Amino acid sequence: MKLYNYILSPSCYKVRLMAALIGVRLELRPVDFHPGGEHRGPELMALNPAGSIPILEDGDLVLTESSAILVYLAAKAAPEWLGSGKAEEAARVQQWLSFSGRLTASLGGARLHEMLLRPGDIGAFQAQGIAALRELEAGLFEQGLRGQRFLAADRPTVADIACFPYVALAPDGGVSLDPYPAIRLWSRAIRALDGFIEMPGIHRLHELKPEPHIEPGEA
Amino acid sequence: MTQDAMIDEWYPVGLVSQLDSFGRKTALMGEPIDVASDADGNARVTANGRTLPVCVRYGHVWSSLGQPQKELFAIPEADQPGRRFVDVGVVRVRCSPLRAVENFLDIAHFPFVHTDILGSEPHTEVQNYKVEIREDADEVWATQVKFYQPQAARSASGGITTEYMYRVPAPTCSVLYKTCPPRPGEWDVITLFVQPLAEDLCDVWPWMALFDDESSMTDLIHFQQTIFLQDRSILENQIPRLLPLDPGMEIPTRADLTSVAYRRWLKRHGYTYGAQLVAQ
Ligand SMILES: N[C@H](CCC(=O)N[C@@H](CS)C(=O)NCC(=O)O)C(=O)O
Ligand SMILES: [Fe+2]
Repeated sequence: MKLYNYILSPSCYKVRLMAALIGVRLELRPVDFHPGGEHRGPELMALNPAGSIPILEDGDLVLTESSAILVYLAAKAAPEWLGSGKAEEAARVQQWLSFSGRLTASLGGARLHEMLLRPGDIGAFQAQGIAALRELEAGLFEQGLRGQRFLAADRPTVADIACFPYVALAPDGGVSLDPYPAIRLWSRAIRALDGFIEMPGIHRLHELKPEPHIEPGEA
Repeated sequence: MTQDAMIDEWYPVGLVSQLDSFGRKTALMGEPIDVASDADGNARVTANGRTLPVCVRYGHVWSSLGQPQKELFAIPEADQPGRRFVDVGVVRVRCSPLRAVENFLDIAHFPFVHTDILGSEPHTEVQNYKVEIREDADEVWATQVKFYQPQAARSASGGITTEYMYRVPAPTCSVLYKTCPPRPGEWDVITLFVQPLAEDLCDVWPWMALFDDESSMTDLIHFQQTIFLQDRSILENQIPRLLPLDPGMEIPTRADLTSVAYRRWLKRHGYTYGAQLVAQ
């Protein structure tokens, strides 16, 4: 399986994270997204006319939507990540998979603007990002009342992986996560999963690192 | 406001490879500027109709709001055959331009911020090294800096003890020389060119001149972007936002000797755009 990948793309990181969590090996094909704009070049536009990454190729299959890629990886290697299939749970998985597109447009837009100088209305990106974060916070809080730690169930599903990266990287776009306690708990729960991997701006849980060596007398 | 000695310095304002006739609207020390190519394809930088000095070097267009007294600093390795020159691309950071350079000079953060790439616990010790302000060249230099690194470069296979030299030839630029895994005896050159947009906002243009015949250009770009983006979140959270130039505000450790020399050098020259002068 070949992933057209950019290390700073939260959407590509969804795929890398999912693959790491379920032990799927990916062949990574680096894309010069910035500064080269290779995703808008003829080779990649022929594969994905939308001009976006990630793109996953597996034999004849070409997928250009990260949610579809997550579902594909899970269905092949770890179907428990698709949820139990009960009506309400299945619907919640779909609800948050679709919702993740709003995070990409809002928080992702703010991040591209603030970090890589992409033009756009930063005020609108941030306002829509905050609205989406509030909705996510409320959803996670209600899940907590049902005794469930993740977005669709008491175990992580593809929906969590679809929503996690842009949320965790919100501060890159100038949007603070301080007002959202349920989101912070959920983010810790995801980062504590076996096989979790990092990307720049998303750190592993500090508790999972070896104890730091403290010099005597250091403040 | 900015009767600062920094006004006469050269600053990076764009990539040569991305010059076009439409122009790029950006800023230098609070003043809006426009960077474009003219009818002959030469770089042209203007501020409110005024044409600014221009210099094209190291993959970037350089300009100044004042009158540069010197040519842009030399990097002789930029003319050495066999090197690959890497335009890493701009990254905006909400921090003081001086803070961006200071963080680049600090090796003690490697194991904590660039875990498993430029450093790893428990190898957190910074060995003794030499720091000086070279009077002839008027530059800050740190030499004989040695550090254990799990993945020192894209071209490194496994952990090595890397040697570094750091050089600050201009208030918002730093050039780093480090052990070159495939070519012992040569140094890889990694630079941080910082464009001051405001006292607490900058565009950072990393650039490299490496010996590496194996990695693709995209891999080289991604390696450096990974590292710089790990720094970005730290830089945006530093307090105070401006770089304090008065001693005593932050307690220096051995690892900070370069930072202390850098601050002293800035102060001596009156390079204070992005600095905090009075302890608050
Ligand atoms: N098809 C969407 C696109 C994801 C997306 O927006 N990807 C960004 C990179 S993180 C992209 O390629 N943007 C194109 C551009 O901004 O030019 C998905 O897979 O979720
Ligand atoms: Fe760093």
